Amino acid sequence: MDIETTVAYLYLAAAACFVIGLHLMNNPATARRGNLLSGGAMAVAVAATVALLISWGTVTTTAWLVIVAGAATGSAAGVYAARRVQMTAMPQLVSLFNAVGGGAAALLAAAHLLPEVAPGARLTVPGALDLLIGTVAFTGSLVAAGKLQGWVPGRPITYRGARVVPLVLAAGFVAGALWLVLAPDRLAGLLLLIAAAAAFGVAMVLPIGGADMPVVISALNAATGLAVALAGFVLDELVLVIAGALVGASGSILTKLMAEAMNRSVLRIMLGGFGTGDGEGAAGAGPGAQVRTVSAEDVAIQLAYADRVVIVPGYGLAAAQAQHEVAALAALLEERGVNVTYAVHPVAGRMPGHMNVLLAEADVPYPQLRDLEQANPEFPQADVALVVGANDVTNPAARRPGTPVSGMPILDVDRARSVVVIKRSMGQGYAGIDNELYTDPRTGMLFADAKQALTDLVASVRAFVR
Amino acid sequence: MSTPLVIVITVFVLSLLVGFEVISKVPPTLHTPLMSGANAVHGVVVIGALLVAAVADNLVGYLLAFAAVAFGAANVVGGYVVTDRMLHMFRARPRATGRREG
Repeated sequence: MDIETTVAYLYLAAAACFVIGLHLMNNPATARRGNLLSGGAMAVAVAATVALLISWGTVTTTAWLVIVAGAATGSAAGVYAARRVQMTAMPQLVSLFNAVGGGAAALLAAAHLLPEVAPGARLTVPGALDLLIGTVAFTGSLVAAGKLQGWVPGRPITYRGARVVPLVLAAGFVAGALWLVLAPDRLAGLLLLIAAAAAFGVAMVLPIGGADMPVVISALNAATGLAVALAGFVLDELVLVIAGALVGASGSILTKLMAEAMNRSVLRIMLGGFGTGDGEGAAGAGPGAQVRTVSAEDVAIQLAYADRVVIVPGYGLAAAQAQHEVAALAALLEERGVNVTYAVHPVAGRMPGHMNVLLAEADVPYPQLRDLEQANPEFPQADVALVVGANDVTNPAARRPGTPVSGMPILDVDRARSVVVIKRSMGQGYAGIDNELYTDPRTGMLFADAKQALTDLVASVRAFVR
Repeated sequence: MSTPLVIVITVFVLSLLVGFEVISKVPPTLHTPLMSGANAVHGVVVIGALLVAAVADNLVGYLLAFAAVAFGAANVVGGYVVTDRMLHMFRARPRATGRREG
């Protein structure tokens, strides 16, 4: 068996391991093994590629230097970022890694479509698509990461002609792509395609609000997968086609799940401009409705003498990085024999499952976590539902038609015997409406930063309750 | 010399279907690690970058190849490391002993 065939079989084995690895990620108990399997297979595939290049014997010293320098630079940057990132900043980092993946796929296409190569339509059609999708994923992911990190304003950025500019840019990249396919030796077509696609990525993400960024990142992740699959068409490498298609499928599914959890359509999110606060019409409680304010001491006593407490962590908890404080409070209550569980909404935190990661970081055992379907039947038995920085996902108005949150799956927090909401102000959530939960007579509002409030609660439980 | 287009398209379509099937079963708890893990899988693009770098023979080619290899390596190495860091924290029992879950 010659080395080309051996490498092809190794690629096939690696592709199979990617699928099995993703499958093992079905379950928290096997997920880590799945990722290690996938990573190990990737290492084998890369090593096989290097062996293949050595066997050719035609790779110049300069090319080897380029490869070694590039691999060292990229690996060092990747490991550094992966080790140093805070768990709350995870969505940005995934977006950045996605950006460079898309960029790499686009660069491959550019290298292949350079004027002097002049390939046929078998290569130029997937090549042009790869360049287009990879470039959009690159600039779009950078803007998305910037919005989450605060380098780019998170609010939807709109301007005169915000609906027209993307269309003009789309026309630009379609023209560039056609130019490239029909006359592959024209550098101008290549540059037009790259410039229009890069600007399109920026113009597409800028008008979308920061809270929608997870959906955008997920969609761009799928896009990069497609770009990599197309790069596989160009390079005639099936392992790229298989892995790229797998990611394209996973990103699409995730995008749809996330959009559904927020009761929005993917299309509406991508069109942007939601959450600008114009004319949403106050639904639910009027301005005259009474809000009951409680102190940390009141809440501490209420929690300490409860049998069952359900904690509902939300975006405010992630923003305040209060996951360790909430875990400390839960541990303290458990020591007293209180049954504590966490009800995690699919979109709690900044992206689906992000809250689970934050709670895992704070050493919360995952059997204590309940997803939406598991949590809702438990609320009527809960003595206290402790809502920490979650808003729209607890609004009972979602059960009635005619409000911006109607039909959104919510946690039935209002069915608990009593409710405590930790929140900085009466400010509205992302949907821009008042939360009827806050004016429910059984709800006490503890106005404070999540981290401070939870620290106070731990101190109060220790001080007042023996 | 190259694989017939219909074969490549067949592989592409079947891989998409496998992806939908495997991934639609993942619970929301693991969506963030999954997104990160899938993100690492498309770091396979680094193999393409190596193949392109190997045949580069002019300055523009070298520059494109360097950027492609560096980007691909950052994607694949960083992606797997950060996913492992996240999954390492998922555990059924707390690290400290003595606490039992109800």
